[in-house]
Amino acid sequence: MSMKANTRQVDGVTIVDLSGRITLGEGSVILRDTVRDLVGKGNKKILINLGEVNYIDSSGIGELVSAFTSVRNQGGELKLLKLTKKVHDLLQITKLYTVFDVKDDEAAAVKAFK
Amino acid sequence: MTGNRVSYTLESTLASVNSAEETATRFAARSGFDEDEVMRISMAVREAMVNAVLHGNAYDPAKKVFLVFERTPGSLVITITDQGKGLDPSKIADPLAPENLLKQSGRGIFLIRSFMDDVQIRPLPSGTEMKLTKHVHGSSVDKQKEASQ
Repeated sequence: MSMKANTRQVDGVTIVDLSGRITLGEGSVILRDTVRDLVGKGNKKILINLGEVNYIDSSGIGELVSAFTSVRNQGGELKLLKLTKKVHDLLQITKLYTVFDVKDDEAAAVKAFK
Repeated sequence: MTGNRVSYTLESTLASVNSAEETATRFAARSGFDEDEVMRISMAVREAMVNAVLHGNAYDPAKKVFLVFERTPGSLVITITDQGKGLDPSKIADPLAPENLLKQSGRGIFLIRSFMDDVQIRPLPSGTEMKLTKHVHGSSVDKQKEASQ
């Protein structure tokens, strides 16, 4: 299953709903282009919803890290929402779980942005 | 499954990466590993294939990737060999080091090592061989073997 990305606005926060696989190739490119486009348009509060992402490889993890740093370098914030167990486990073993601000509840996540 | 061996010669493409991952999933499931272990094995194969296709052969259509699955009595052994410039295992950076944590790449081999029981990386005269081993622990295959003894 290839990846899909939809964006929506909630209280000034841009939520990116991802579904499918974030892997080398199409999935990583869609994530990169989506975040680059949002940052380019001045969106500085970005919440990546990974609730429907059932698979991510090292390339996908790299794209999440790259998205995180590029948003932060523009003075913005990027948080993650609803990790599946597989993605959660991968972020744990790569020590990235503590780098990202990870939320389970969308409303609470939106409120957590400054 | 004892002594079962399958080998493939693959193009240096992303399609080969996906194909190898799917084959690994089927082979690992048939070898008696549970769902979580199958996922780890197939992901390790995916990462090793990405390494071979992208970093080894650099998508060169003249270069191939050789993939071998071998089911021994106690293990599943998967060998991925590329024809690239060669990988020096001593130069692989630790992706968990604070200075590397926010780097975009460099996690593939770490994940392979995390998911497999043994990983041997051997530079060849032209290319790199990566041998991944997963031991079967109390799997249905072992139980069948025990029952037959």
